[in-house]
Amino acid sequence: MRITFPHLGNLWIPVKAFLRSLGHDVVTPPPTTKRTLSMGARHTPDGACLPLKVTMGNFIEAAELGADTILMVGGIGPCRLGYYCELQRRALARAGCNARLLVVEPPRSDPWGFASVVRTIRRRATFRQIVEASRLAWAKFEAVDALDQAANMARWREVGPGSVDACIQHGLALLDAAETCDAVREAAGQTLHDVETRIGAGPRRAARVGVVGEIYIVMEPAVNMDVCKKLGRLGAQVVQPLTFSHWIESHVVCDIARWIPRPDVLSWSSPYLRHFVGGHGVESVGHSVDMARSGLHGVVHLAPMTCMPEIVAGSILPSVSLAEGIPVMSLAVDEHTGDTGFDTRLEAFVDLLLARVGDRGNISARTAPCPVSTRRQSML
Amino acid sequence: MSLVVGVPRALLFHEYGPLMLELLRQCGARAVLSPVTNKQILEAGLETCVDEACLPVKTFFGHAAYLAQRVDALFVPRFVSVERGAYICPKLMGLPDMIRARAPGAPRIIDPCIDMSRGFATTARSIAQLAPALGVSRGRLGIALTKSMKAASIGAGAPLDDGRTDAIGSGVRIGVLGHDYNLNDPYISLDLVGKIRHLGAATVTAGAYSRRETARWERQRAQRGAKRLFWTFGRRLLGAAYRWLDTGEVDGIVHLMSFGCGPESFIAEVIQHEASDRDSVPLMCVNVDEHSAEAGLSTRLEAFIDTVAMRKCEHANHLSTSRQPVDTR
Repeated sequence: MRITFPHLGNLWIPVKAFLRSLGHDVVTPPPTTKRTLSMGARHTPDGACLPLKVTMGNFIEAAELGADTILMVGGIGPCRLGYYCELQRRALARAGCNARLLVVEPPRSDPWGFASVVRTIRRRATFRQIVEASRLAWAKFEAVDALDQAANMARWREVGPGSVDACIQHGLALLDAAETCDAVREAAGQTLHDVETRIGAGPRRAARVGVVGEIYIVMEPAVNMDVCKKLGRLGAQVVQPLTFSHWIESHVVCDIARWIPRPDVLSWSSPYLRHFVGGHGVESVGHSVDMARSGLHGVVHLAPMTCMPEIVAGSILPSVSLAEGIPVMSLAVDEHTGDTGFDTRLEAFVDLLLARVGDRGNISARTAPCPVSTRRQSML
Repeated sequence: MSLVVGVPRALLFHEYGPLMLELLRQCGARAVLSPVTNKQILEAGLETCVDEACLPVKTFFGHAAYLAQRVDALFVPRFVSVERGAYICPKLMGLPDMIRARAPGAPRIIDPCIDMSRGFATTARSIAQLAPALGVSRGRLGIALTKSMKAASIGAGAPLDDGRTDAIGSGVRIGVLGHDYNLNDPYISLDLVGKIRHLGAATVTAGAYSRRETARWERQRAQRGAKRLFWTFGRRLLGAAYRWLDTGEVDGIVHLMSFGCGPESFIAEVIQHEASDRDSVPLMCVNVDEHSAEAGLSTRLEAFIDTVAMRKCEHANHLSTSRQPVDTR
């Protein structure tokens, strides 16, 4: 059995470590490219959202490398993500791939199915081995999140363009090679230290920009056209509240152990959006409100075209922008990959934010009450 | 002076309209219904709604805008789920918030939350909060709800379109798939059902079957190795499609989708897949958005029904030519 899984940012590092520790032959999904997008789009309906198309392309490319089993998440709605597996199962059959789809459904909705998937993944591993594998994977999850965050905070004042990212790339390779939790922590610590050394004086002012939106688009740089890097190079310090460890905590740990309190995003979003709408709709609104109140200067909202929860969030964000006094720019992403339009818009956005920010990094009173809100439907 | 409550004639009004109106009447409020969708309403909707939303949601915004100046409050229930284990649609779950955010001049919005996914208790608690908004006591509201549910369930026996088969002419029977809020709104659907009937074909819609029946057909297919859908109205469409494809009780299927509808983009793919696998009934998908040129639709329908009629004739003559190209000379 040669197993693979969807490609999403740096997700492959921890997941690969987990499956390897259980003794699987892992096919690392090849990074998302233009070809991935076009392969995926060919086999999926055109009205579907982008993550379906990209993951479909990932699967086909991984199958070409010899994968015969694909690990995929299921779901119980209302977001379309929960039905991806069915469409992908059909599309794989039609594309002539013999790969089998192994769907991890939430244990609450389908305990038997979940148990059987766990049995397949577990193979002959003992309980102790599973715990060890999970610990290693968790350490790697935390490490890749830490590196991401450090890069987002550091990029705006790096010494020499691209030096922070070179550090991070090196660090990720170290993380991938690390075989024990201690080695992972050491590699992460070393890389974070390296990043520190690449930080220079930088420009005097930074615009602090939050990035919210649908998790797949936010986390996958190949799909969002490297929005975090671009913002960083334009002189913005990027805050990105959606991380892998956060997602696992709020969706897996809190789902099994209900007594652990979830982060209460709904209470932040609640004057504007008072009910969960699936996906990351509430998170997008809630985090934007939180960012406004904690003094960030602007929010970039990323959504795949036609994403239902993000359409709800996108309709509401302009009123959040007005009421909380924070500029919000919504960007919808689809399979077109020309990024010039993106560049111009981000540049203009950061320029406007920098103009609002005073020399001491605070919004000057003179320019404060002028929330900017711009929208676009589709990237051309 | 009784409270004037506006009820937009869009989206799930087409499903639960009688219940909504009766509930408001029983509570002593004066319900004002927006007119049938027309050009002005749709244009008002396009102005206020985000452009990525689907056509029925845009239409809803138009109806809300029409009512905004005429009423004290808008009645926009938040439909989350109407049965266990299934949802309606994320956009409908956020509808009251979207209206609140995008229609600044809108009056107060009454938004009871209908969430039956965890049983009736949550919904009952949310509906109880209606009492102060409508200015009645909780007891009176409870009685009103019971009465209106009874009244609405009597009405529910006769759906707006009960699968009339009054065919004269070609004798072809067309199954029409689509959300009720699209099919029952002639402006959105460009009067699709009427057009098909006008071409001499009989129609039957997915709404003609009870929700229990269609859910059963969908479940039966799921037992043979397909994931169950988690959208209530999606189950209805898919169930009816399975039924028609399996029994062949219709000669052709027309699927009316609204552009930008999330669930339908997936359901249509599954239906197309199943239809091409079985090769039993021809299928045509029609996608509608706010462009309302009818000519394209008329031509396509005419061609489709001609083809279906021809195919039916051939089958009657035991000439199975469905896989062969049609000789057009």
